[in-house]
This record gives sequence, structure tokens and C-alpha cells, in this order.
Amino acid sequence: MAFLEIIGLRKRFASMEILKGIDITLEKGGFLVLVGPSGCGKSTLLNTIAGLETISEGEIRVEGRAINNLHPSKRDIAMVFQSYALYPNMTVAQNIAFALEMRGVPKAEREAAVAEAARTLQIGHLLKRKPSQLSGGQRQRVAMGRALVRNPRIFLFDEPLSNLDAKLRVDMRVEIKRLHQATRATIVYVTHDQIEAMTLATKIAVLKEGEIQQVGTPYEIYNRPANLFVADFMGSPAMNLMDAVVAAGSGRTEIRLTREGGEIRLPIPSSVTADGLGEGRKVVLGIRPEAITDRNGADRTSKAIEIVEAQVDVVEPAGSDTFVVTRLAGKEVTARMPADADVRAGARVPFAFNLDKALLFDPATGLRL
Amino acid sequence: MTSLASVAAPAGPVGGSRLGKILVYGVLLLFALFFLLPLFVMIVTSFKTLDEIRDGNMLALPVAPTIEPWIKAWGEACIGLTCAGIKGYFWNSIKMVVPAVAISTMLGALNGYVLTKWRFAGHKLVFGLMLFACFIPFQSVLIPMARILGLLGLANGTPGLVLVHVVYGLGFTTLFFRNYYEAFPSELIKAAQIDGAGFFQIFWRIILPSSGPIIVVTVIFQFTNIWNDFLFGSSFASGESAPMTVALNNLVATSTGVREYNVDMAAAMFAAIPTLLVYVLAGRYFVRGLMAGAVKG
Repeated sequence: MAFLEIIGLRKRFASMEILKGIDITLEKGGFLVLVGPSGCGKSTLLNTIAGLETISEGEIRVEGRAINNLHPSKRDIAMVFQSYALYPNMTVAQNIAFALEMRGVPKAEREAAVAEAARTLQIGHLLKRKPSQLSGGQRQRVAMGRALVRNPRIFLFDEPLSNLDAKLRVDMRVEIKRLHQATRATIVYVTHDQIEAMTLATKIAVLKEGEIQQVGTPYEIYNRPANLFVADFMGSPAMNLMDAVVAAGSGRTEIRLTREGGEIRLPIPSSVTADGLGEGRKVVLGIRPEAITDRNGADRTSKAIEIVEAQVDVVEPAGSDTFVVTRLAGKEVTARMPADADVRAGARVPFAFNLDKALLFDPATGLRL
Repeated sequence: MTSLASVAAPAGPVGGSRLGKILVYGVLLLFALFFLLPLFVMIVTSFKTLDEIRDGNMLALPVAPTIEPWIKAWGEACIGLTCAGIKGYFWNSIKMVVPAVAISTMLGALNGYVLTKWRFAGHKLVFGLMLFACFIPFQSVLIPMARILGLLGLANGTPGLVLVHVVYGLGFTTLFFRNYYEAFPSELIKAAQIDGAGFFQIFWRIILPSSGPIIVVTVIFQFTNIWNDFLFGSSFASGESAPMTVALNNLVATSTGVREYNVDMAAAMFAAIPTLLVYVLAGRYFVRGLMAGAVKG
């Protein structure tokens, strides 16, 4: 039985439906990341788990018991807010101990728990300070300490890193992952940052306009996106999506992409499971930048490398890699080449397409074929 | 003052800015003196003997300073038929102003808390009606208020005045606190709820400790208004239970014998000292608090 179950959850504000039937389960010790563009309902979903928002329909269960009618304080959850929500009038120690105090935990026990949490997060030297005397990263740690000290059944994180600068964000991301590994806590985490989702999650739920697009492991979400939205949203730079047409070739069915002065013929990617791709059917070819390289960088284990010559539009050196942009099928296509690849804008170079890693989508429904 | 000077200093050529500064400060000084003049006259007159007042210059310092008028005003001056000074009325005012300020400030804070953090259907209407209370002229509520005080058995006494001032002050105190709490982050309330704090625990432990500036503003505002109120005092508390302002009027208006300006001035100083003290002690928070309440963030 799953630890956390969300069943048929709907949330309406007046006539607006914010969450349109959400079903997710999470096992004990799992790290679920809710990801999606702003306004997709991910924060609302988190708030319904916390009990800060009521639900219109459905059920939220923890260990088989419905909690959706319980007061937030009775749900045995802890939440880390985007703004940290530290009580400004209390010291760090008082902030961390507040929840215990409200639950009538004796003072000696409280102090021991605070010391323990402070040690885990390395904020022992800050305990006597007020939140206004802390830096952003320190506040973040205190907010996490406040959740940690409770030892709740579920931790909720609401975009906890979005107020930090880029470097600190990466550090804290590692810290959160380490914390999860150390405590084996069950975590639900909201973010709009797909890299945070990929790096932290054991399970990702991609949301769009109040509907779940796909639930799966980071690997599944990245390599087998259920539809065009997920394919486009996850990954940076984004997956290349090109219009193509199914056609009969010499001894095989292939897809054809139009380009200036001709067309490119590629085999049907091996990932395609749907049968009956009739001739003339319109499809969208999806291929990630790292599956398009130069000839040398091509994956030697791949059984389907296709070389396509194309004119380089823009070269973007990113240090560890060089992103090369060209135009195919009327779209910009980004390839990820080694940093030392000898490529100049304007030149015609061979691009090695790894069709093993390519996907086909139905342009009408958006679903993967 | 220092911030004004440091802002003005780097601007323009040295000579021009200095001239401008002298002009600005000169005008400010002139106005300050002008506004302080009545206070000065009151103070010097209250330390003069009657003879000196009659013969001398109003602005002159006392030749032979005496605290006799102060003593008389406090304990011996005749108000109406009794000659026990204003001290009884001074305590009347204290007994009125302290509970009235405390209760109206507390209730205003609670109202503001509910109207921003525990919103209910129609909260805007309720707030609108409370705002409306700020614009009702005192005079128009005198008769209904008298009727209600009569029904409650609180007519002609300090408790009745406390009630009147609490009711009348609620509109203002609610407005102050609501606007202040509007900018108070709601995530803190949510965090406290998850932490297990209830309605009043959040109020006492989280909200009130962060309300220093607005409490100071409200207390100064309410204290000044209630202490200085004359209309309600003279309408609902006459004779022995009258507040300071009414007693002062009666003292000055008493027309038997010689008019003792020095005693009148000393009595007026007694009436003014509490509000002056409140301003001096908490004045710097007043401006800061007003800004904090008005501007979000």
C-alpha cells in the first residue's frame, strides 16, 4: 500500500476548476516532485495536502487513513515555504522549537530536539539570532530545521530554493538531497525548475492547467515523455521537435522532414510502439540535443546513427559543451557537441542523429506514438 | 534633520546650497518658534505672581518665579462649588483614558487580524462599515449615545465615557491595524497553523509581537483624542466625574473674584502634560509607524 495516496482530487474556486482530478501515489521514503509552469496548480495541490486549502472532491490518504478533513496541525506534516515564513519576533531556536512548544513537548526535550536539528543542518552557531540577521541560505536552513525537528510523516516543500541566487541554489539542492538520503523522509516538493525536479525526485509528476500530464521516475519522464508538453517542458535546452511525414521508402517505412532544397529521410525510431503508421501520416519527431552530435561524438552502441548535413546557424559555447543551432523542417534544431568541436557559424557540417533516442508524437493529440 | 542635511549637501555649488540651507532652516526655525509661543507664554505665566502678570509683559520671564499657582491649580482652585483643585478630575481622565485606549487598541488589533488573516464572506462590507464610523461627526451620535448609556445604567460616569470612546475609536484602530496586517505575510500564519498554533496563540505569539510600530501609532492617536475630548466628556460626565478638559473649562469660566491667569495656565499645563509626554516618549515611532502602515512591505 502506498504511503501517500491522492485519489480523484478536484479543487474549484467558484466556477474555476484549478485541479481537475489528480491521482498520485507515493511510497514511504519517496521524493515526489510536482513540476509545471506557473499557474498549473502545483502549489494549490501542495496546499491541499497541507490542509491550507480545502478540496472540492476526492480524497487524500496517508497510510490508508483519509486526512483531508483534518486540521493542518493534526496531519503530522511539516512545510517549508518559499518565503521561509520564519517568525520575525523569535530567535532561530525559538522558531525551530515553536511547533514542539505548541504540542506541549517539555522544555528539556525541545532543547535536545533543536540541538539535534541544528547539528544536522550546521546552524548551531545561529540559534540565538533573529531571522532578520540571517542570509538567504541561512534562513533556508532554519526553515528546514523547523520542519525537521517535528519528525513528521510527510515533508512539504513549496519552491524552497526559488529565492536564492544561482550558486546557493545548487548547494542547497545537494543539501536537500543529502538530507533525504540521510533521513529517508517522505517528501513532496513543488518547483517550476525542471533541473531541480530531475535531480531530486524519485518520482516526478508533471502538471499543466490542473491536470497531470505524466507521473514517473526522472528517467521515464526524460526519456519517455508521455506527450509533447512533457517532452518540451523537461530538459534544457529543450527537446528538438520537428514536423515530419510518414512515407514508404526503399524496403522500409521512413519519416521525411522537409528542408530548404530537399528533404531528409530517417528511419522510424525504435521507440515507436504504435503500429499502423500509415503513409502520409503527419508526426512530430522529438530528439534531445544530446542525441544530435558531431560524427565523432556519436554513441557507438547505437544501432541507428544517421548523418545529416546542415548549415550551422549559431554556435553557443557553454564551457563543458558547445550547442550548435541549425534549421531543419522550418524549426531551430539544437545539437550538443563536445566543447572542442571545430564548428563555425555558416559552415555546412555533418550532424549525427541518434535515432535510438528519438521519439515520435502525434501532432493532433500530442501523445507519444 | 541630519538626513535632510546630508541629502542637500552634495547638490549644487557650495555657496548656493549653503544659502538655501540657511533659508530653509531659518524659515523652519521661525515657524517652530511661532508654534511654541503659546506654550512659552503658558509656562512663564504659570510661574508668575498675579501682580507681575497685571503689570508686566506677556513674553517676559518671571521676575520672582513661584510654583504657588501650580499648587493651587492642583489642590485648591475652585471648580464649581468645590475648591479642591483639578487633581480629582485629572485622575478621572486617567481612569477614563487608560482603559479606553487599551480596550480600543486591543479590539482594533483583533479586528485587523480577523479582517486580513481570517477572512470571511462579507469581510469587505464589515470593514467598509467600520471605516464609515470614522466619518460620523461626534455631534450626531450624542442623543442616541445618551439613550444607550441610560439604558445600560452607565450615564454620568467614567465607565460610560470609556464605552463611548471605545466604540468611537474602534473605526480608527481597526483601520490602522487592518492596513498594517494587510502587509503582514500570510505564509507566517499558515506556518503557525501547521505548527499547531490556534487563533489566539497566533495572535499573541506571532502577530502582536510584530505590531510594535502600529501599536504606538494607535496608542498615541487614541490617547490624544480621548484625553483631549471635550464634547463627550461634557455631555456624558458632569460634576464630580467630569474629565480634565471639562474641569479646566469650568475652572477658567468661573467668574467669581479676580481672574487668576497664572492658576489657569498651570491647570492648562496639567491638562497638556500627559499628551506631551506621550508624544515625546513615543513620537519617533509615530512617524515611523504611520509610514509602515501606509506603504506595503
